[in-house]
Amino acid sequence: MSTPEKFLQMGIAIALFIALMSAILLLSSRFKNRSGERLQAAAFLLPAVLLVAFGLLYPALKTIYQSLFDSFGTNFVGTENYQTIITNPDLLVVLRNTLFWVLLTPLLATFIGLIYAVLVDGSRFEKQAKALVFLPMAISLVGATIIWKFVYAYRDNDVTLADGSNPAQIGLLNAMLDGVGLPTFQFLTSPPWNTFFLIVILIWIQAGFAMVILSASIKAIPEDIIEAARLDGVSGVKMFRHITVPSIRPALIVVLTTISIATLKVFDIVQTVGGQFDTSVLAYEFYRQFFVANNQGLATALATVIFVLVIPIIFYNVRQFRRLEAR
Amino acid sequence: MRSARSRRGLTGIAALAVSAIALTGCASEETGGTQTASGTSPGEGRAECSQLTQFGDLTGTEVRVFTSIVQPESDAQQASYELFTECTGAEVAYEGSQEFETQLSVRVRGGNAPDIAYVPQPGLVNTMVATGQTVPAPQPVSDNVDEFFPEIWREYGTVDGTFYAAPLGANVKSFVWYSPSFFEENGYEIPETWDEMTALSEEIAQSGTKPWCAGIESGTATGWTVTDWLEDAILRDQGADFYDQWVNHEVPFDDQAVADSLDRVGGILKNGDFVNGGFGDVRSIASTSFQDAGYPILSDNCAMMRQASFYAAQWASAPSAEGGNAPVVAEDGDVFAFYLPVTQDNGERPVLGGGEFVLAFDDRPEVQAFQTYLSSDIWANEKAEATPDGGWVSANTGLDINLLNSPIDVLSAETLQDPNAVFRFDGSDQMPSAVGAGSFWTQMTDWITGKSTGDALTQIEESWPTS
Repeated sequence: MSTPEKFLQMGIAIALFIALMSAILLLSSRFKNRSGERLQAAAFLLPAVLLVAFGLLYPALKTIYQSLFDSFGTNFVGTENYQTIITNPDLLVVLRNTLFWVLLTPLLATFIGLIYAVLVDGSRFEKQAKALVFLPMAISLVGATIIWKFVYAYRDNDVTLADGSNPAQIGLLNAMLDGVGLPTFQFLTSPPWNTFFLIVILIWIQAGFAMVILSASIKAIPEDIIEAARLDGVSGVKMFRHITVPSIRPALIVVLTTISIATLKVFDIVQTVGGQFDTSVLAYEFYRQFFVANNQGLATALATVIFVLVIPIIFYNVRQFRRLEAR
Repeated sequence: MRSARSRRGLTGIAALAVSAIALTGCASEETGGTQTASGTSPGEGRAECSQLTQFGDLTGTEVRVFTSIVQPESDAQQASYELFTECTGAEVAYEGSQEFETQLSVRVRGGNAPDIAYVPQPGLVNTMVATGQTVPAPQPVSDNVDEFFPEIWREYGTVDGTFYAAPLGANVKSFVWYSPSFFEENGYEIPETWDEMTALSEEIAQSGTKPWCAGIESGTATGWTVTDWLEDAILRDQGADFYDQWVNHEVPFDDQAVADSLDRVGGILKNGDFVNGGFGDVRSIASTSFQDAGYPILSDNCAMMRQASFYAAQWASAPSAEGGNAPVVAEDGDVFAFYLPVTQDNGERPVLGGGEFVLAFDDRPEVQAFQTYLSSDIWANEKAEATPDGGWVSANTGLDINLLNSPIDVLSAETLQDPNAVFRFDGSDQMPSAVGAGSFWTQMTDWITGKSTGDALTQIEESWPTS
């Protein structure tokens, strides 16, 4: 089937959907009594429910189902794929790295963003200072990783070349180390430290996001609360701890959970540096197992693990919002 | 898709009738039948078109080719098809993509397969044939391959006894790059055996220069360079038959013989006195990109690097090549290559290499005519003439070496056409992708950075897909 034919088919499908929905809504508008209203509500909800069911629920359930089969999806193997994940030494490293990512990135990015937002709040250069930290947000993860690959680039400064010189240091950090007379360091190929150097990249990007959201909510703290606290003699660190942080709690939770979920799905950074030397994480390993190793069972099991790890974060988020709304 | 399937429907009954007659002739049909068009071929009466006139007048038809060969190499490819269009009247619609491997399977699954794909791995040929969308090669192609190519190439294009894909281009991986001037100044001889090469390495190391440089960093494909080293060593130590068994997993991946060959490689790559010239210690091999790895040869910081013939194109991007003085790749130039020496004296010259295979997804006459053209000596020589800067060679024995335009291509062609040459295709390209594009690469990378031979091979063996 050629591309125009496919587009035509898509157009027909969309037109059919619109026609069907209009028919249902038209029909339900005929009923004016109480049950008619129910019918109307159901008719309005139907497209959303259908889309969620086919676009999210069905693939999710199918993924979980496939994770109980072998690599070609033919033989039932039960929980064997999950056993592999928690016993295979390479996959244990993947789990460990994911834990580092999920623990460190949200906390550090939020912490840095918060401190920065408080420090520049009301200063003369607030706009410029915020723009500087927010800029990395505009860079794609792949682009950012390539930039940092140059920062981490390694040339051994122990080597003496044929013309008596040392290799030129093209990596920013190693050039600094070389400058102060220290040996150069293989930032990207020395496990386990290389994972932390990759985490820095995501923090560099996400801190700006945290700073912008938190700065906005700091500015939204009612002036009278701060005034009252001042009259009671609260200032500095105490003000920050007892007034600022509790007041922006909802925003803090949103920022933390958003970054946590983004971190669980981190893939681009690891893929761009090659994913070797014990730097792999769940999302990258899932991709490798599915598209490179053609191991459908293990890949879907890894995807399910990511899914399971996201659930508590979402659950906590929803509960917090319920609480806030109940206030 | 539409063409293939609907025609299959239309001609199904006819085909059944015909095959019933044909089956009485031979038990196992190895190739596909030949489709021809009516009319007189435009190339009638021209000697170079003699193989193509049987397909009739193909004017107005088009062959869609999908390949991983992109600019600038694709220009020479397209230029070499002009004779085909003159002979048959059929046009070639050429499409190259960097994402060839993934795109091809997406298209084939989506019923949008090209007419012809140039597949660079025997493993992918098998995968594509398994989809049921491919068609066997026609008789003239089969005859050409029998006439012009070593037997092993035919086997790589054959799946379950049916011949599908003729070879196109080739490259030689069993090369060691060196600086002829550096060798001459110091009186070093090109080694003929592995032991001589080790002795030479020791001599160079004692003179204060690191004899070898290597780099295996290649993004997500980091490690493939070591797999080539190991495959070359196995071919030399254990012979081609063992190599085939190892590639097909008839012997375990971590067989003792494989471990011995890997240790042989380790004698160079993991020896701190031998590597890594111009870059650092053994571990710097892992973080040096394969593209940069050879450049210290130009500044006499290392003497040798084992890398395939296609590395010839890298020299033009060397740091010292700025200002238009690119290194000359020739026997009397700045850099050249020699054949990676043998480890035992049995008269064989094992050659590890790669190449592309022409796989067809349709059997229209113009597609079969194009397959026939590409498998002929005529095309190989056309292609050689269309590539003025060099960088292309084929295993086609009908290729006239005098037509090749660069010394390294001449060396590659001579290596491939050598009567004692025993050619074998890159092993990782034939293994299941879980190993060949997965654990084999990653474990070899870990092996460079300190993992033991036994552990690395055992983990690859464990990752081999069951069933």
